[in-house]
Amino acid sequence: MSLPHFPILRWGEAYESLDVDTVVHFATGEELCQVSQANPGLITRDMRQAHRARAALRAIPCDELCRRLSRAADLFTTANLPMGSGTQSPDEFVRCQSATTGLPEHMCRFNMSKLHHVLTNLDAILNSLTRGLSRSIMTQGYGVEGEVMRSMQANSPVLGMVLPSNSPGTHGLWLPVPALQIGLVLKPGPLEPWTPFRMAQAFFEAGLPRESIGLYPGGAEVGMAVVSHVQRTMIFGSKATVEQYRGNPAVQVHGPGFSKILFGDDCVDDWEHYLDLMVDSILLNGGRGCINCSGIWVSRHSREIADALAQRLGPVAPLPPTDPKAPLAAFTIAAQAQGVNTMIENGLRENGVEDLTAKYRGGDRLVSETRCAYLRPTIIHCDSPKRGLANTEFMFPFASVVECPQSEMLSAIGDTLVGTVISHDETFRRAAVDATNIDRLNLGAVPTTKLNWLQPHEGNIISFLYRERALQVE
Amino acid sequence: MSSNALSSTESAASAARTALDAHLREIVRWHFSPETGTPIWLDWAKKAGWSPIEKIKTIDDLVRFPNFADESLRNEPLERWIPAAYKGRPFTIFETGGTTGMPKQRIGWDDYKTDYEQFSETLSDVEFPRNGYWLMMGPTGPRRLRLAIEHLANHRGCSCFFVDLDPRWVKKLISSKQFDQAKAYMEHVVDQAVTILTHRRVDALFTTPKLLEALAEKTSIPESGIKGVFCGGTTMEPQYTRFLVEEVLERRTKFVPTYGNTLMGLACHKPLTPEDRYSITYYAPQPRAMLRVVDPDQPERVVEYDQWGRVELTTLTREFFMPRFLERDEAIRRRPCEQYAWDGVGEVRPYGATKAVIVEGVY
Repeated sequence: MSLPHFPILRWGEAYESLDVDTVVHFATGEELCQVSQANPGLITRDMRQAHRARAALRAIPCDELCRRLSRAADLFTTANLPMGSGTQSPDEFVRCQSATTGLPEHMCRFNMSKLHHVLTNLDAILNSLTRGLSRSIMTQGYGVEGEVMRSMQANSPVLGMVLPSNSPGTHGLWLPVPALQIGLVLKPGPLEPWTPFRMAQAFFEAGLPRESIGLYPGGAEVGMAVVSHVQRTMIFGSKATVEQYRGNPAVQVHGPGFSKILFGDDCVDDWEHYLDLMVDSILLNGGRGCINCSGIWVSRHSREIADALAQRLGPVAPLPPTDPKAPLAAFTIAAQAQGVNTMIENGLRENGVEDLTAKYRGGDRLVSETRCAYLRPTIIHCDSPKRGLANTEFMFPFASVVECPQSEMLSAIGDTLVGTVISHDETFRRAAVDATNIDRLNLGAVPTTKLNWLQPHEGNIISFLYRERALQVE
Repeated sequence: MSSNALSSTESAASAARTALDAHLREIVRWHFSPETGTPIWLDWAKKAGWSPIEKIKTIDDLVRFPNFADESLRNEPLERWIPAAYKGRPFTIFETGGTTGMPKQRIGWDDYKTDYEQFSETLSDVEFPRNGYWLMMGPTGPRRLRLAIEHLANHRGCSCFFVDLDPRWVKKLISSKQFDQAKAYMEHVVDQAVTILTHRRVDALFTTPKLLEALAEKTSIPESGIKGVFCGGTTMEPQYTRFLVEEVLERRTKFVPTYGNTLMGLACHKPLTPEDRYSITYYAPQPRAMLRVVDPDQPERVVEYDQWGRVELTTLTREFFMPRFLERDEAIRRRPCEQYAWDGVGEVRPYGATKAVIVEGVY
């Protein structure tokens, strides 16, 4: 039987490339699908027509787009949707996504429901992110609201998305975009073509204009073409990528999160009360996300906290991806896991740094299989923020428990995507509110992994895609 | 293919092989005879302790030579490459493409003219009109290509405009990750070409694939009056070739890809048919040069047809003899075809392209 083939979508029109990539099962090597590979020039040429994507979406009122996207959410989670020359059921989607990303199937299902939640709550999400701005002002470009002339100008007719292979949850970030009457140019991760293609089909079936979506699988040079030719692009990458695009208003980079839980001196003695919260923040969704906690910062009890976490997380071991309790995601490229493991081992050579999970694990951190590898949860104790492993993030359940005086904590933690501050000390809370190195701030016992979609994530997408400007009408 | 056609191809291949062997003997005799020979090869034979004139009778005997060490093109004095018959006649110094540091140099007299006059015969007068102006946008400077394209234009009855691109500078920019500068330089080059096209009539263009693509972003190539594009310099994989033909040239301007360099001359492509699915095969200008696709681990062994291997070049002219040089390219060994009765090299790309990212430049 021939493999399903994902074509390039050039403003909704299928285009089969002569350059085809075969995507295989991470554990068995079984061939699962073929994906047409774009050459960068296709993007360069197609972007000449990007304005048509926005024009097609602007012809549909925002409220109606929200309704259609909500219907697309249902189709995405429940319907058999076109794939290649056949169709794909939701269960097949889950199996395939798990088979190429290494994420356990139950986590893939959870991600589906997360995407469904975003699409079915767009009205509330957009109201929140636009602070209740009338949608007609975005469509028309201006309008009077509260006796004040408001003008919103789109920075780009389309949003480029250079997507990762290993975090299906990130798709939630681009789902609201068509409702803002902005088209999409998606470059899927090589191992995760499943979500962008299935979602595009759901969008089409729900009545979104085909010409509003471009989908360009390919190598790194295709991602670079998207960044170069689309006026607003969101990309995912390493710390180095973040630095490369820092200050570039056309590119929003989602890098490592370095998300953390910070205990104030007033609460740290009650740390046992928050053990579940810490475990969940580290382990949920395989510990892969930028919102997973990678650091717990306390002024005292650091060793006891690290030991308690190690007792809980140390025994956690890989299970087959089909197991509904599988806690860990596989590294589909085994060498990556080996590299991470070596980095950790090198970091452990430093005085004042200790792997407390080692004694509870009953085996090595690195579990190598024929074609993939796993890294088992690891809790490191650092006696000072100056230790090399004190502020590190890896794509598995890994966290450092760092001893640091409260007075130095906020400056020592560095960039932090999600900061959960457990303290009733108003001075400390106020300082956290003012800390510009924390993006999402949770005051109180909120797991770092608990996202409220009504809040902006690493910058408000509205201000990325639109600019508010002056407009006067005679 | 019918059995008649097959036997006709086989017989043409056999005749080509006979002609190649005869040409090889003549060239070996030329370079290794004291009266006509080249100092570097005469000295080499003395040290080797065997006589190429006696031992090299057919192409199969070429394996008696080791793979050509191209360092000699950097290190040896230029005079040591002058065949006795050319002594006293000023020569042209050509340098190879985008390398940095001391470049490889080949001296020459008329080879490039011969090569391009022969190549000219493969061009259609409709798509590359006689008496039509050419534009070359690409590496000029010390490269053979610059004189060669001008000679091609002259040979076909007209003249050529030039816009230079320095690939060595581009390579430095890319290696040091100055992508903005590389992009700005490319735009600078392309803008100059657009200016020429805006103010002068141009019928034919030589350029590199990347520059062709960039030019088409600024102007419609068919609309600018260009009827034929002769293109080479970097990899052209099937999808990219299709893109150039269908979109960059809008299926209206003829596309003639080539594979060549200072050491070989230029290899022609087999005209593309639908069955080729845009997979380009090049054929060396045999007998003046010969390309083989060899096993990288046993370079004396030619790989089977349709298999990948490393490209090996042998140049056989009176001006220059270079046996078994391993190019920095890999390719698929392809069968002889109707137009060329010897082996071809298909889908040429940098050697090791599947294992590492190769900086080819903006070429």
